[in-house]
Amino acid sequence: MRTWLPLPHTSLLLLVVWLLLNQTLAPGHLLLGSVLALLIPLLTMRLRNPQPSIKRPIKALLYLFLVLWDILVANMQVARLMLRPRLQLRPAFVEVPLDITQGFPITVLASTISLTPGTVSADVSADQSRLLLHVLDLEDEAQLIATIKRRYEARLREIFEC
Amino acid sequence: MPFWFELIVSFFLLGGGAFILLGSFGLVRLPDFYTRLHAPTKATTLGMWGLLVGALLLSSWNSGMLNPHHLLIAVFLLLTTPVSSYILAKSALHHRLDWGTQTRGQEQAKRYMDDH
Amino acid sequence: MLSWVIPLVFAMLCLAMMLNLWSLCTRSSLPDRILALDTLYINSSALIIMFGVWKVTALYFEAALLIALLGFVSTVAVCKYLLRGDIIE
Repeated sequence: MRTWLPLPHTSLLLLVVWLLLNQTLAPGHLLLGSVLALLIPLLTMRLRNPQPSIKRPIKALLYLFLVLWDILVANMQVARLMLRPRLQLRPAFVEVPLDITQGFPITVLASTISLTPGTVSADVSADQSRLLLHVLDLEDEAQLIATIKRRYEARLREIFEC
Repeated sequence: MPFWFELIVSFFLLGGGAFILLGSFGLVRLPDFYTRLHAPTKATTLGMWGLLVGALLLSSWNSGMLNPHHLLIAVFLLLTTPVSSYILAKSALHHRLDWGTQTRGQEQAKRYMDDH
Repeated sequence: MLSWVIPLVFAMLCLAMMLNLWSLCTRSSLPDRILALDTLYINSSALIIMFGVWKVTALYFEAALLIALLGFVSTVAVCKYLLRGDIIE
């Protein structure tokens, strides 16, 4: 027996986005938004493939703030590197072995790496066990890998409990 | 509108414009594709956020209530920029695009060229 | 103060778009040009947001959102084509 509300978080997100797009809290829009928020998950549920969900919402929120702060730091660093009168870059490809396994956590990790200082994720190996990064200015490969594993991957493992 | 509010909005707008300009400047200046990828991914995202926060503050002040719909674009960019940079890097690897000769770890990258 | 800040930001964005156009026209490889086009998309959406700020209206916000959305979808579609020679398999 299927329930009427299979994905409560998705429904809430759809309703909030609908209200933001229309910039209103009028009852008509609330009603229409609620109907859409109920219908869309029911119609698209079969297209989903199961992914681990966020088990620790507060830690996820803290992780978001950490990433936002790191984006600021990343931009200062990129600006400093690019505005030098003579470019002095030490570009490199680095391979990071992954401890997390499923698709969604790996996607979050790769996106985080792309937005944070000095690194862009370039590829995932076919068996999803290693991640290829491009680094703009590499000092020490082992230190970079340790930082990524400690700062981001360990936290993601806690958040998704995997 | 008081002066301090204009000052805050100007700070966000100018910061946003400066980072967007920096991203495009890096696109022209940096030496090879993989390093060029860094500039728009990071600087343009932060620049857009600066502009959006400035626009949000200004429109909220003008209408007298908080209207946070500009945050939709900010969240959208946060989710999509890493994805497009990832798929660009992947297609560049697939096309065997040149990297600068002093790039380290070239053997590791070569292993990824054929599996996708 | 905003009366000169807003034109200054417009000038910065236009300069950024000119640099993108230069990059789009002179680069030799396809991924390079796609990257320039993607940045051009985001910058034009920034320009539209600034236009909305200048005219004090929320009407242009949806245009900016749509352009950002189309930019992402087209970048991914073209890259997918480069990777596999096909978009929907």
